[in-house]
Amino acid sequence: MLEYAEKIRETAARLLTDKAVDVFIGYRKGTVPMMNEPVLIDDPAKVDTLYWDSFCALNLCNYLTKRTDKIGIVATGCNSRNIVTHIVENQIQRDQLYIVGIPCEGMIDHRAVLREVKQQEILEISEDGPQFTVKGDGFEKTLDKDKFLQNNCSTCTHHNPVIYDEMVGEPVEEPAETDAYKDVETIEGMAPEKRQRFFTRLISRCLRCYACRNACPLCYCPTCFVDESNPQWVGKSIDPADTMTFHFLRAYHCAGRCTDCGACERVCPVGIRMRQFTKKLNKDCRELFSWEAGLTLEQRPPLDVYNPDDYNDFIK
Amino acid sequence: MLKGLLEHVGIEPGRLHFSWISSAEATKFVEVANTVAEEVKALGPANYFIKKRAEVA
Repeated sequence: MLEYAEKIRETAARLLTDKAVDVFIGYRKGTVPMMNEPVLIDDPAKVDTLYWDSFCALNLCNYLTKRTDKIGIVATGCNSRNIVTHIVENQIQRDQLYIVGIPCEGMIDHRAVLREVKQQEILEISEDGPQFTVKGDGFEKTLDKDKFLQNNCSTCTHHNPVIYDEMVGEPVEEPAETDAYKDVETIEGMAPEKRQRFFTRLISRCLRCYACRNACPLCYCPTCFVDESNPQWVGKSIDPADTMTFHFLRAYHCAGRCTDCGACERVCPVGIRMRQFTKKLNKDCRELFSWEAGLTLEQRPPLDVYNPDDYNDFIK
Repeated sequence: MLKGLLEHVGIEPGRLHFSWISSAEATKFVEVANTVAEEVKALGPANYFIKKRAEVA
């Protein structure tokens, strides 16, 4: 992991010195452990701030939207799929980009780590191969990375970038098939009343801070439907129906586009698992249209095109 | 997909209907309208995903 950081720095320095790109987008160490932040670098002298470890889970694709300069960008599997989606949706042109691909082994769930140390303050974290060590005041623990992966990373089948100009390492092995939709199937097995209770509880702590929307690379509308006031599509209160409308529609706007990068869940201040909405759509997209978002530049997304043999059993 | 997601979050099947009826298909319109009314009546009043009017004194 740390050797990737060195390679990213070298590549960024080379690209910026050669003027191949105007800006390089990557991650730098956050001010607190486990919270790496995106950084845009335009000066080859500053590439040393670039960093890479298993806490680079925010989606950098957010910073590409409608840029007009030449950009170097770090991309894992899911991030690269979002770049594809951005290109397909005309938010950026392929020739503006120099994509530095990273064979990703999954990101660590900071909440799971905090639970493991009983919410004590973590002061330092270091990674060594498949293990990582957390240190705090009076405790030190070495943990296995694969037991603390983010939920979306643990069932990921696209670890390697689908589009890149250069890779920083050898591609990792992709698992053939994972039971990624087990949780969705559990909900599908519930009666409507039980589902209502499940989802009401799921979003009950929502503050409507819209962090999930802001972290999502798909949410690039100039004015989001929740911010629009003329007409006012959805109430701004934390009435359960308003909150549900927000989560439901946010998810539906991502139908056929979501790459399940997990940024929304990662940034939620109250830990809502809102991927339960988008995952259902991803599952339906797979079953009805054999579609997974962001795998190819050649094909239009399913909700973008019409086919005479499209699924239409629901129309009477 | 919209129907799928709505039912996934707990809207009862039978509350939401989709149909394509031409302006010349009066009989089909009557049939569909009646089925919708019957099925929704059978489900009873909706109380989920409904915003209640603020209770003011």
